[in-house]
Amino acid sequence: MPEGLLGTEHLSREDAQAILDRARDFQPRRDPASRKLDILRGRMVVNLFFEASTRTRTSFEIAAKRLGADTISITAQASSVSKGESLVDTLNTLAAMRPDAIVMRHAASGAPHFLQRHLDTPIINAGDGTHEHPTQALLDARTILDRGASLEGLRVAIIGDIAHSRVARSDVYLFSKFGANVILCGPASLLPKELENIAPRVSLTTDLDEAITDADVIMMLRVQFERQHETPFPADEYFRFYGLRLEHLKLARPHAIVMHPGPINRGREISSEVADSQRSVILNQVENGIAVRMAVLERVLS
Amino acid sequence: MIIKNGRVIDPASGRDAIADVWIEDGLIRGVGQNFSGDDAFDATGMIVAPGFIDMHVHLREPGFEHAETIESGSRAAAAGGFTSICPMPNTSPVNDNATVTSYIVEKARRHAIVNVWPIGAITKGSAGEELASIGSMKQAGAVAISDDGRPVMNARVMRRAMESARSFGVPVINHCEDLHLSAGGDMHEGFESVRLGLRGIPGCSEDVMVARDILLAEVTGAQYHVAHISSRHSVEMVAFAKARGLNVSAEATPHHFALADTDMAPYDSNFKMKPPLRSHCDVDAVAAGVVSGAVDAIATDHAPHPGSEKMQEFEKCPFGILGLETAIGIALEYLVHPGKIGVRKMVELFTTGPARILGLDRGTLSPGAIADLTIFSMDREWTYDVNKSFSKSRNSPFDGRTFKGGPVATVVSGRVVWQA
Repeated sequence: MPEGLLGTEHLSREDAQAILDRARDFQPRRDPASRKLDILRGRMVVNLFFEASTRTRTSFEIAAKRLGADTISITAQASSVSKGESLVDTLNTLAAMRPDAIVMRHAASGAPHFLQRHLDTPIINAGDGTHEHPTQALLDARTILDRGASLEGLRVAIIGDIAHSRVARSDVYLFSKFGANVILCGPASLLPKELENIAPRVSLTTDLDEAITDADVIMMLRVQFERQHETPFPADEYFRFYGLRLEHLKLARPHAIVMHPGPINRGREISSEVADSQRSVILNQVENGIAVRMAVLERVLS
Repeated sequence: MIIKNGRVIDPASGRDAIADVWIEDGLIRGVGQNFSGDDAFDATGMIVAPGFIDMHVHLREPGFEHAETIESGSRAAAAGGFTSICPMPNTSPVNDNATVTSYIVEKARRHAIVNVWPIGAITKGSAGEELASIGSMKQAGAVAISDDGRPVMNARVMRRAMESARSFGVPVINHCEDLHLSAGGDMHEGFESVRLGLRGIPGCSEDVMVARDILLAEVTGAQYHVAHISSRHSVEMVAFAKARGLNVSAEATPHHFALADTDMAPYDSNFKMKPPLRSHCDVDAVAAGVVSGAVDAIATDHAPHPGSEKMQEFEKCPFGILGLETAIGIALEYLVHPGKIGVRKMVELFTTGPARILGLDRGTLSPGAIADLTIFSMDREWTYDVNKSFSKSRNSPFDGRTFKGGPVATVVSGRVVWQA
C-alpha cells in the first residue's frame, strides 16, 4: 500500500508533527532566496485537478519544482475526462507512465480514496469534495504554530459553511490531535450536529459572538452559496449574522489571529477591514502552503 | 419424485416434522412417512419448505439487458432458493401497460427457470402524474403496482392510485422516500455521512412518506405495502397502522437488518443503495419489526448494475446491490442463528408472508398445490463468490462472506431447477 496523504483523520500526531517541523526548514524566513533544491531531482509529480483551483495547484507546483521534481499539471477540461473516460481509466493510464506521486483535486468526496484502492502510485489529496483537504490543515497548523509554541489548549473558532467544508473537517481532525479546543460556528443548516462527535474537544454554536469570545484563532470559511443545492440560509443576511467585522475582534483574545483558506469574499463572510487588518495572517497561510507541501512531497516521495 | 427425510416446515398447515414429500405431475401429492419411488432426493439434515418468494427484484429486462435479463435473474433466484420473483416496473420501457406486462410474462414463460410475477407501475412512465393502466396490467398478470425508485410525490395522485388499486384488488407498494428531503443524498444522513463528506438521505425522508401513505390507506381502504422498510420510525408506524386494523404490510431486505452505515467500506459503491444502510438503531428496529410481526416479508431488492457503473466516484454510482443469492444465508446469520426468530418464522417471511400480500396461490405444501419447494441447510458452510454469481452483475457487499447455512436445491413445478 503506497503511503500518500489522503486526509488528516488517520494521520498520526507524530507524522503530522514531523511534517510541520520539516516545513519550517522550507519557510521563506529560513531561506529568503527560495533556492531551488535537488532533494527530489529526477522524480515526477503529476498534478491532476478535476476541479478549478488556482492557489492549491500553483502552490503544489511551486513546492514540487523547488524540491527539484519534474511536474506536470493536468486540468479536467484538458484531459480525456471530457471525452468520457472514467476516472479509473484516466488514473490507470497516468499511473502506467510511472509518476512517483499524484496530487489530486476532485469535486467528489472520496474520489482519491476510491482510486487509491486500485492504484499503486501514492496519492496526495489536494481536496476531495466536502470531505478533506489535509495540506490546508497542515499549513493552517504551521501558521498558528509560527505565533505560539503549541496548539495545546488554544481556542480555535471555525466559522462559516461547516457542512460543505473540507477545510473544516481536516482542521478539526488535526487541531484536535494537538490538543486544541475547536468551536464550529454557522447557521444550523450548515452545521450538522454530528460534528460534535467527530473528534475530541469539539463544540458547536450557531452564535458568532459566542464562538469568537476568548478565541485565539478565528478561521473564516467561504460560504459557497453557488455550490449548494438549495438555499440553507438567506444569502442577503449572512454577513449580518455570520460575517466577521472589526467589532467582533474585541471579543477575542488580544493576540488572536484571523485566518481564511481563501479565496475570500469580502463583504460576505469577512469585512475588508478585518481581511486587511494586522490580525489577518491570510497571506502567511499562502506562504506556508508551499513550505508544508514541500514537506509533504518530500515525505511521500522519499 | 420423493424428497426424502427432510425436516418439512409448512407454515400454511403448521407442519414441522421429519417427513417425505411426494411430488407428481408438478403437484404436491402428499407429505408423510416412508414414501418410496425411483426418483428420490435425499434431504436428510435439511429443511424442506414451500418455494421461497422474493416480492421485490429488478430484472432489468426490457431495456437494460447488459445488467440482467429475465433469464439470468431467474437463475440467480433459483441459486438463492427462490421459486418465485416479482420484478419491479422500472424497465425501459416502464411496465406501465398491458403490452409490457405481457412481454415480461411471455419472456419469463420461455426463458425463466422460476415463476415471474411482474409488478406494474402506478403512474405512466412512473412519472408520478397520470395513472397507469392498472386494471389491464392486472389482467395481463401484474400482481401489484409500484413506482419503485420513483415514488409518487403528489399525494392526490397517490390517493387516486390507491382508490384504483382497491377497485382492481391489487396492493399498492411504495418505495417510501420524500424526494425533496433526500435530494442529492448518497448515504444515510448521520455521523458517517458527515465524517465522509457525503450528502445524506435522512431517515425522515422515509418516515414522512410512510406516514402519508398510511393516512391515505385509511382514507381509501386500499391494501398498502411498504417496500424495503429501513427506519425505526417507519417500523413503528407500520405497527401502529396494523394495530388500527388497516390493510398495511411491510417487507425488509436482508441488508437492512444485517448492515449499518458504519459497516460500509469507505466510498465502496457496493454498499450504496436506497434506502441506504442506516444507523445501528434503525438496523435493530428493522430486526425487531421482523420479530414482532410489523414486517411481513423478507424481500431482496435485487438490483444489478454493471461494473462500469459501479466503478466510479461514489456520488456518481447508481443505487442498488445484488440480493437473490445471499438472502437465505443472511437471514439465517442475522435472524435465526442469534435466536431472534425460529427457522419456521423465517420460512413464513419467505413464503406465506409475500404470498398473502400478493394473493399468490403459492407458499404451501398442501396436497394438490403446485410443487414449488426450497430445500436449504441450517449449518452447511459456504462462501459467496460474486464472480460465480448467476447474475450478470457483480455488485454485492457480501462477496467473500462465509455463511452457515444456505440453499441446497430449488424445485419449481416439481422440477429441480438448481442444486448446490
